[in-house]
Amino acid sequence: MNPTTQIQRYTEGERSIHWAVAIAFFLAALSGLALFHPALFWLSNLFGGGPWTRILHPFIGVAMFVAFALMMARFWSHNRIEDRDRQWLKQWRDVVANREDKLPEVGRYNAGQKMLFWVLVVCMITLLITGVLFWRPWFAAFFPIALVRLATLLHAAAATVLIIVIMGHMYLAFWTKGSIKAMMRGTVSARWAGKHHRGWLREKIKQG
Amino acid sequence: MSSLQSLDLKQRSATTSPSPSVRSSVEVAKLIDVSTCIGCKACQVACSEWNDLRDAVGTNVGVYDNPPDLSSESWTVMRFSEYQEEGGRLEWLIRKDGCMHCAEPGCLKACPAPGAIVQYSNGIVDFIEEHCIGCGSCITGCPFNVPRISKQDNKAYKCTLCSDRVGVGIEPACVKTCPTGAIRFGSKEDMIEHASERIVDLKARGYQNAGLYDPQGVGGTHVMYVLKHADKPEIYSGLAADPHISPMVSLWKGALKPLALLGMGVTALAAFFHYVKVGPNDADAEDDDEKSDTSVTH
Repeated sequence: MNPTTQIQRYTEGERSIHWAVAIAFFLAALSGLALFHPALFWLSNLFGGGPWTRILHPFIGVAMFVAFALMMARFWSHNRIEDRDRQWLKQWRDVVANREDKLPEVGRYNAGQKMLFWVLVVCMITLLITGVLFWRPWFAAFFPIALVRLATLLHAAAATVLIIVIMGHMYLAFWTKGSIKAMMRGTVSARWAGKHHRGWLREKIKQG
Repeated sequence: MSSLQSLDLKQRSATTSPSPSVRSSVEVAKLIDVSTCIGCKACQVACSEWNDLRDAVGTNVGVYDNPPDLSSESWTVMRFSEYQEEGGRLEWLIRKDGCMHCAEPGCLKACPAPGAIVQYSNGIVDFIEEHCIGCGSCITGCPFNVPRISKQDNKAYKCTLCSDRVGVGIEPACVKTCPTGAIRFGSKEDMIEHASERIVDLKARGYQNAGLYDPQGVGGTHVMYVLKHADKPEIYSGLAADPHISPMVSLWKGALKPLALLGMGVTALAAFFHYVKVGPNDADAEDDDEKSDTSVTH
């Protein structure tokens, strides 16, 4: 195959749902950080002030969860952890040093991407459940105060993990040239696929 | 409620720099002597009158408690409980409930809105509703279940200890109106002294466990009770035996806050310097020699 041949990696629907989650994530993270740390309260200005930030944040969060649930259903089967993933993870030093030739062959997703997927699943579900438990004025009053306190703490912790892994996700997409184009326009070159996702390229060729 | 004493702030919610504090005042306290309270509710009326609040007329719930709970318009309520002593004697315990004005206020610690909750140097904890965003974190933080969010405006309300009256040198409305002198107001030091005299008297009358309720788990309070049964505060309609800020709230507003920002900052820096060190991972820019990489064999 010609190395510059363009291969479809993401369909229009997959790209759209990814960016819907991304936009909702940015809005939820910025409004949530405004309410989390005094040093970031100024972010509430982006949402029309403190009360509006408080009103909007949970609705944005629910929108993010709904979009993520659709994306999760679409990508679930591509993210099953396999034996070769464990070997890939063991060689994390080769990963960060960009010695991809030493790594085991990667399918549609590498072990890092799969871990991101499962961390996102856990964080998103945690955020949804805990968020509802202290959503005022609608739901919080129905739950015992000890549960509300635990939910608040877990919500902040899960959001911290989510924000950190998404920062990593954004950097790795920036680092691995061609990835952002793949998610924006849907295609990658055969050379890109051969370097980063050789197993997936093999399947693509088999499928013709 | 209001911020008349804005030059003597001890603490301000969601604020990391010092608050205006050039002026300082003596630490005050309200002392509620449960043993001399007759449950007349004059304090409830005085509170409603001075603060110009009229709670909706409710329904009789079968006991004297009326209204049955604190609300955004009822900042103090009398709670009545019938307590049977071991000897079988019935005691009618009446406790005036409301904000305890903790020295270490859980509401203030939990509040995310800068300046929505303040603590003056005299110890009064006050909500500045114009800065309140209505999130209810104060409810999450409070060890005494006191703040209430108004259904009308989604702002949190509670007893101000009449900070507006105290700020101009007069006692809270409930203190002024109490017909039996069961509620007193003054410097915290004087109130502790007065309480100790009352406790001596109660003990002389056979209440061996009489004592002052000034819980140290929240650093002491600026509303204190003289209790005949200070060993069992929970018999007074569930008064907390050992109130303290929940460890969940302390973790959330303590360790997690700086750690989370540190984690995000370290991630951003690590990513930046990784790029500086390793450079882009660019398959398409690599030498043509590697072209053969794409000739996959089956």
